[in-house]
Amino acid sequence: MSERAVVLPATVDETSAVLTDAAERGLTVAVRGAGQGWATPRADLLVETSRQDQVIEHVAGDLVARVQAGATMGHVAEVLAAHGQRLSLDVPPDITVGGMLATGTAGPLRFRYGPPRDLLIGITVVRPDGVVAHAGGKVVKNVAGYDLGKLYAGSHGTLGLIAEATFRLHPLPQSSTYLTAAFTGHAAAAQAIVAASGSMLQPTAVELHWPAGGDLTVGVLLEGTASGVAERARQLTDQIRSSAAAASAAPSVTVSGSPPGWWGTLPGAGYPVARTSFWLSRLAEVLAIIANADARCSAGGSAGAGLLYLCPCDGADVGELVASLRMLLGNRGDASVLTEPWAPAGPLAQAVKDQFDPEGRFG
Amino acid sequence: MLGTAFTQRLREICGPEHVITDPLELGTYECDGLTSHRAVPALAVLPRSAEQVARVVRECGAANVPFVARGSGTGLSGGALPREDGVLIVMSQMRSILEIDPVSRRAVVEPGVTNLAVSNAVKHLGLFYAPDPSSQVVCSVGGNVAENSGGAHCLKHGFTVHHVTGLEIVTPQGELTWLGDGTGVPSAYDLVGAFTGSEGTLGIVTKVIVKLTPIPEQVHTLLAAYETTSEGGQAVSDIISAGILPAAIEMMDALSIEAAEAAVQCRYPEGAGAVLIVELDGPAAEVEQELATVRAICENAGSTEIRAADDPARRAKIWAGRKSAFAAVGRISPDFIVQDGVVPRTSLPAVLARIAELSREAGIRVANVFHAGDGNLHPLVLFDDAIPGQAQAAEELSGAILDACLEQGGSITGEHGVGVDKSRYMPKMFTADDLDTMQLIRCAFDPAGLCNPGKIYPTPRLCGEVPGKRRTNVPAGTEIF
Repeated sequence: MSERAVVLPATVDETSAVLTDAAERGLTVAVRGAGQGWATPRADLLVETSRQDQVIEHVAGDLVARVQAGATMGHVAEVLAAHGQRLSLDVPPDITVGGMLATGTAGPLRFRYGPPRDLLIGITVVRPDGVVAHAGGKVVKNVAGYDLGKLYAGSHGTLGLIAEATFRLHPLPQSSTYLTAAFTGHAAAAQAIVAASGSMLQPTAVELHWPAGGDLTVGVLLEGTASGVAERARQLTDQIRSSAAAASAAPSVTVSGSPPGWWGTLPGAGYPVARTSFWLSRLAEVLAIIANADARCSAGGSAGAGLLYLCPCDGADVGELVASLRMLLGNRGDASVLTEPWAPAGPLAQAVKDQFDPEGRFG
Repeated sequence: MLGTAFTQRLREICGPEHVITDPLELGTYECDGLTSHRAVPALAVLPRSAEQVARVVRECGAANVPFVARGSGTGLSGGALPREDGVLIVMSQMRSILEIDPVSRRAVVEPGVTNLAVSNAVKHLGLFYAPDPSSQVVCSVGGNVAENSGGAHCLKHGFTVHHVTGLEIVTPQGELTWLGDGTGVPSAYDLVGAFTGSEGTLGIVTKVIVKLTPIPEQVHTLLAAYETTSEGGQAVSDIISAGILPAAIEMMDALSIEAAEAAVQCRYPEGAGAVLIVELDGPAAEVEQELATVRAICENAGSTEIRAADDPARRAKIWAGRKSAFAAVGRISPDFIVQDGVVPRTSLPAVLARIAELSREAGIRVANVFHAGDGNLHPLVLFDDAIPGQAQAAEELSGAILDACLEQGGSITGEHGVGVDKSRYMPKMFTADDLDTMQLIRCAFDPAGLCNPGKIYPTPRLCGEVPGKRRTNVPAGTEIF
């Protein structure tokens, strides 16, 4: 441990005081939520948000909630579910709101509801110099001023600390149904994913589960009324079967009211080490590269939304695989190794970083 | 005002016929959709490529000349108001749809392409571009990005920022660069998100990657008439409580119905004090059930008449009155202000009552048209400029409505933007620290402050020099995660 101190402020004001003091002393600072993420950089001072863990306000009639950054997503879900509502970000329950926002993490629902920034309508941040700033508000529709929330979401703690967030909510669906179809060939799986993603039947999630060397399982979530979901599941089963028939034998599709065991989990054991994002029209090629890579990988994620995580077996080096994916995708996608330190890329991103954190003390 | 050498260089870049210096011609660009603010630009250029835009911007930078980009000029907050001492960069010549990828459901378009043209170009693929501002026939995609435009259907489908995944921009320093790669998964800061809605102050968009959405299998439009807006409001609350998320929920009050009737003979139920329009879209298996539920809710809330339509012609008829509402008030009032405020949806009854009270006190009529589902109000403040003092009184009433929205925890603009029109209200909504922090982004993009200056923020931040980075020493052997 190289931290000189760990501090757990209880309020936004306390956080501001701590960061102001740290700025005066020129200390490097790291922010930690539940510590579930890939990397918390070492720093002179570690600020933990765990004492700021409450849902501050939930106005069910407005479908809006304001929460503290240290609240876990599991706690938030529990509070909202009591009123038949949810925050449509199905990340693991131990992750904090701040951690989810800072890393831009989303679960399978990303396909329909997007990354966290799409549901974020207001934010309170503490800048590296200790100044508290707000943007957005508590109304869903609002274009007053720059949207700092968009910038802080996914900024990995490099622009300061996210203290509070206000989200748009959705009603809990009356009924949920999961379709799963297993494929031995990646081309057929890609066709099924493309068919489900573009379907008028409006799936909420389109996931891929692909253990190293095993079958590819495509999972699709349908949400709605009980009879509506049943009818849509029947129609979507036909669409998936006929989509994949051109590439191989039509798969069997299983329909279930509960998710498969792998749903919402990251591939492989432990944390995945790489991530790739792509236009859906490149999916078949992406899967082919993963299938043929020297490094055997488990892959999975929101394939329908153009996002997959990779976890190599036995600590194999994914450098070559990542490079191949980058070459394939060009400037229409990306592949990156997640265990490498996160840094802003490009002159504009660097200029933003320099404005918010001119001394480079955060991240 | 600008030097002849400067003008000559712009002619060389864009071609002489694409540089406008004639005062009469320049006069056509003196305002956007907000006609109460006018300024004739010193010069206008109509570039036809991103490279030309970049070179023009570099010339402006070198000569310290402010510049403003303009799309179709339909904005309602003066975001495209020119500078008398500056260059207006008119993007309407760049209107090609460059690429359509139906599998990825993405299109790459130039900024001058109109919003509706995108949907029309992909209709045969079963796709559409979801954001639908009322001006979609003429407004440009580049302008939509600048304003983060919404539309009646953003309640369910989201705003422009939810449908843009990549932007090629010319930075205020004249660099051509890409923000985002079209995937919607940022690999560094989400500068696409930060840029969208920045009202032309962070650079000029030259290409846009938009998301395309499958056309819903079924669309039902339902119109319910009520004696009062509060009855209609009850129906809205009950629909939301039932867990239904319609594509759109719109409401009009008696005065706006009267105006729409005069303008387009929409034949809404006679004598209605309020009309509610609810649109449901999605898979047929869901929409039919939702329609039955919504119909029952609307009846229970005391509707005097209900009409429903699922074919395009009859749906368009229901929408006709609503879509014409802004222009229609011209039939019942010589002058009017279109206001744009937001309140939490549950505060709608309170704020409508307050608007009625303000209207009575001022002796000025207010017609209300609003996106009831998301609490976005468009009060139309009716006045007669020929009557001394009325314009001023209308302006004050319009401002008081925004105060009423803020008292309810709302916003001074839901979709029209701040522009020049509302910058003075920004300090009522945000602290000095909030505004200072927002402008750090501006300093990162436009340290010289030449790109659409004077918009959004009442007091520009001085960007100053960024102090040198203080590198901390990492002891050897420290774990770096």
